[in-house]
Amino acid sequence: MTPRRKQRLIMTIAAITLVAGAVGLMLYALSENIDLFYTPSEIVNGKNGQIPQVGQRLRIGGMVVPDSVNRDPNSLAVSFTLVDTGPQVLVRFDGILPDLFREGQGIIATGILTDAKTVVADEVLAKHDENYLPPELAESLKGIKHVKPDVVNEINGR
Amino acid sequence: MWKWLHSYAKTERVFTLCNGLWPFFLWPSFVLILIGCIWGLGFAPKDYQQGDAFRIIYIHVPAALLSMGIYTTMAVAALVGLVWQWRTAFMSVIALAPVGAVMTFIALITGAIWGKPMWGKWWVWDARLTTELIMLFLYFGVMALYAAFEDKQLAGKASAVMALVGVVNVPIIHFSVEWWNTLHQGATISKFESPSIAPEMLWPLLVCLLGFSLFAAGIVCLRLKNEIVRREIHRPWVKHVLFEGKN
Repeated sequence: MTPRRKQRLIMTIAAITLVAGAVGLMLYALSENIDLFYTPSEIVNGKNGQIPQVGQRLRIGGMVVPDSVNRDPNSLAVSFTLVDTGPQVLVRFDGILPDLFREGQGIIATGILTDAKTVVADEVLAKHDENYLPPELAESLKGIKHVKPDVVNEINGR
Repeated sequence: MWKWLHSYAKTERVFTLCNGLWPFFLWPSFVLILIGCIWGLGFAPKDYQQGDAFRIIYIHVPAALLSMGIYTTMAVAALVGLVWQWRTAFMSVIALAPVGAVMTFIALITGAIWGKPMWGKWWVWDARLTTELIMLFLYFGVMALYAAFEDKQLAGKASAVMALVGVVNVPIIHFSVEWWNTLHQGATISKFESPSIAPEMLWPLLVCLLGFSLFAAGIVCLRLKNEIVRREIHRPWVKHVLFEGKN
């Protein structure tokens, strides 16, 4: 390699490294803003030492606790609890749930934290995982029978 | 080996190579995409969670993987161009950019169409979606820079710098779903563990992926041929090729 080429190679690699470093630092600094949502334990125990305040608008993401879905038979109102690894957070929602909404499914809800463990959501999005299986196989392999929650319970406290 | 590689700095050599290769890329790609789509859309079993809606994966995933693959290829070409000053490398950058942009666009559109029924929303400012959108703008930037200069020698260099700097985004796209909480799910096939997709659903996806890759390669060959002819129109060998009917 001629000296000029070597110099150009070093210059280019140095430029890329610098840009990568700058972007890396920027993303590191912004990392908590890039996270799309809080998990239930982050809402209750705080994230980096900061507990979200009541009245704050936020997104929460977690698994719908089985048997926690309560529907109001006369309206679209629904409530369910979300969990990740620790505490549970109650979500109330009045609207149409996405197709994938199921008990045990990952859900992201946007709304306002009304008390330490309750979110009143105005939008509910379903998160699906990266596993793709035919229905029969999923049933035998994982014991999952994916049906929508059709059990209509009277909504609590209404 | 290096000497042999250096012969591809000559435009004539690359023209002959592309001219020879493109039919072997393009025609099989049509067959593969057709087989993959019919197999995937018609015969693969439906998903346990998403039902038939998951079938858009057969377009979405090949397009998304290629959008990143083409960007990386473009950045390598840009590096070769900037360090070794190969004119053919600069030409490859501009031959690759629009193809990659189209793949990115397809990935974004099919992703939105997939997102609406499954997630409940067309678009979310999620790390994966946003970085993929940034990549579309990077492709546009490369193309716009190339078009902005009258002097194509300079234009090639400018767009190569842009392409090279933007390559930082590629690993960010790939790892975005691991580094941050996102609505987009994690990687299914582009990871070191075995793919988390049933084999009867994976095969058509691989056929589609190969089909899309060959299609992109074929189009890039054709574009590179055109670019060489456009830039070298006054060279005797181009006149010879174009006007003497020697393919």
